Amino acid sequence: MHIKETDPERHVLTVTVDNEAGILARIAGMFTARGYNIESLTVADVTEDHAISRITIVTNGPPHVIEQIIAQLDRLVPVHKVADLTDIGPHVQRELALVKVAGVGEHRIEALRLAEVYRASVVDATTESFIFELTGAPDKIQSFIDLMRQVGLVEVGRTGVVAIVRGKEAS
Amino acid sequence: MAEKSGADILVDTLVEQGVEVIFGYPGGAVLPIYDAIFEHPKIRHILVRHEQAATHAAEGYARATGKPGVVLVTSGPGATNAVTGITDAFMDSIPMVVITGQVPTPLIGSDAFQEADTVGITRHCCKHNYLVKDPAKLGAVMHEAFFIATHGRPGPVVVDIPKDVQVAKGSPSAAPVSSHKSYRPKTSANTAEVDAALDLIAKADAPIFYTGGGIINSGPEASASLRRIAELTGAPVTSTLMGLGAFPATSPQWMGMLGMHGTYEANMAMNRADLVICLGARFDDRVTGRLDAFSPDSTKIHVDIDRSSINKTVAVDLPIVADVGDFLDALCARWEERKLEGRDLSEWWARIKGWRATECLAYPEHDKLIMPQRAIENLFKATRDHNPIITTEVGQHQMWAAQHFHFDDPNKWLTSGGLGTMGYGLPAAIGAQIAFPDALVIDIAGEASIQMNIQELATATQYRLPVKIFILNNEYMGMVRQWQELTYESRYSSSYSDALPDFVKLGEAYGWTGIRIDKPEELDSGIETMINTDGPVIVDCRVAKLANCFPMIPSGAAHTEMLLQADEVSGKMDDEAKALV
Repeated sequence: MHIKETDPERHVLTVTVDNEAGILARIAGMFTARGYNIESLTVADVTEDHAISRITIVTNGPPHVIEQIIAQLDRLVPVHKVADLTDIGPHVQRELALVKVAGVGEHRIEALRLAEVYRASVVDATTESFIFELTGAPDKIQSFIDLMRQVGLVEVGRTGVVAIVRGKEAS
Repeated sequence: MAEKSGADILVDTLVEQGVEVIFGYPGGAVLPIYDAIFEHPKIRHILVRHEQAATHAAEGYARATGKPGVVLVTSGPGATNAVTGITDAFMDSIPMVVITGQVPTPLIGSDAFQEADTVGITRHCCKHNYLVKDPAKLGAVMHEAFFIATHGRPGPVVVDIPKDVQVAKGSPSAAPVSSHKSYRPKTSANTAEVDAALDLIAKADAPIFYTGGGIINSGPEASASLRRIAELTGAPVTSTLMGLGAFPATSPQWMGMLGMHGTYEANMAMNRADLVICLGARFDDRVTGRLDAFSPDSTKIHVDIDRSSINKTVAVDLPIVADVGDFLDALCARWEERKLEGRDLSEWWARIKGWRATECLAYPEHDKLIMPQRAIENLFKATRDHNPIITTEVGQHQMWAAQHFHFDDPNKWLTSGGLGTMGYGLPAAIGAQIAFPDALVIDIAGEASIQMNIQELATATQYRLPVKIFILNNEYMGMVRQWQELTYESRYSSSYSDALPDFVKLGEAYGWTGIRIDKPEELDSGIETMINTDGPVIVDCRVAKLANCFPMIPSGAAHTEMLLQADEVSGKMDDEAKALV
């Protein structure tokens, strides 16, 4: 016999939680324990008193798995709210990347030119390298990194996605 | 308010929560708490002989009473030994609060003596857990722990308390809570949902109630409402292993248990139904059999207090997140308000009668050997007037008990369903007997399972608990052997119970009465002696060694593909079926 796989869908979830010790392990561990995928996960506290954190999780799975993920998150005691932005509708997704490129001559000039096209800013420079800072949707970040590979990419740091619904309402 | 030590604050909250009994085992990291409960006027501590047994005893106590069970164990091995019972309670939704000692806060993370990362280890096998680092917060955490354990879908909550927090002083300012800032489970169905369910029920030609442990957890009122709606609709009722007793087995509408070792009529009715009303059950793999063939033509209503149980394995048409007791109450009330009439289900019942005629629980009798089914049947007949509480271990004996012992009331059947924990039955019986000292409490066991927590014989002796153990001794891990016969051409790899102790002498060594039953003619007198003997009794009932538990849906098969008798067994399976549990 062979293990069968099913077609996944990408979903962006935001989870509002108590900012307490172990919360990240609780959430991440639930994903591994139940065999769900995490593409990216970001977390930071978002209220004045630092009591509440917002976690953005990009996951993928068939629709019934996504429904289960949301239900499983929702029953964790410190979870206040789970929102499926992919399901809710139009939303903004942003990610920040720091991209280090090293090289001289044509490669160095090309890297700088591409960075301008992508509106990446230079946050560090030596005569042989740049660090670019780039903010954007994940596919924009990805295509910039793919281009940098051809002109001397050294390393990349990415924050993972944060997202928020468009319009005046909260999710 | 005067400051108190963490240990005293803890004990105060237990009293405020109405806790009367704690099951536990002392150790270095809980000594301050043990000192605080020393000769306590309100809290009784039951000393078990292994921490796993403390958790199962607390489960038995909780399952029999409906109140949360409380466990107290030390750090490190105390906590890790408790993990099986915590997981068991999580799987079967048993309310439980487990207090674990921890090394002092400055030593956490230093690999100190008897240190284990208890909150890390238990994070995914309990409903919620806490590490309390401040005695001033201990009271609030404890009250919250009881709230979480008993509200929504019940479950175990672990509170890990470092030793210095037990000793240090803090202000005891907390009181029991009635709500939680983020944990707010939906418990009532709205009228639209109730009416939608009634509309489906009112027009169904072949409805069936499929009920589970949620009815028991919801309380005796839920069982009463289930009886009422069954009467109003005239529909058949089947139940999972965990739900036995919610509906009376003496009712003509009772179909028996469904699923892998359920009755032929229950499984056929599920398969042919046009409406399945699932109440507090969770479409477990032991119930559904092959998913794509599970009740293929039915509309499905699923009522569960846990949203994540809905559409987890089986997609349903009408999902309702609610406490099943509240829902049933509303369902009965709306039925009467709308003056609905029970539909004529005589055609459906005629079909059910046809399936019942199979007599799927019949078994071959033997004049020289005690058939295990016969032993359970006679045990049931001899004890039913005592309205006993039955616990079980896990395996063939458990399934035979589910098939041949019958229950008319909830909270009388305590078994490890979800996790399937061998060694559950004896400590659970101890917990139930503590709650009901005068009840007849019987652990129906197998000779292999009983050895997994056999040390608890001493606990029953110490507290003079008249627990009875009825061992169906076939000298095999019977269910393992049965699967090896079905799947691996009877290669009995490690399933023979070699080097068995003499259970009669073993019982006597612990101060129990031991009885051996060898022959069919000794069966009834042996059972009578067990019932009439004061104090704990262990019965070693030697049964037919190779009997198997039927009917059975083999793994990966549909409800309609039940094996009714042993001669239908092939001894081989393809890899797809082998890979299923």
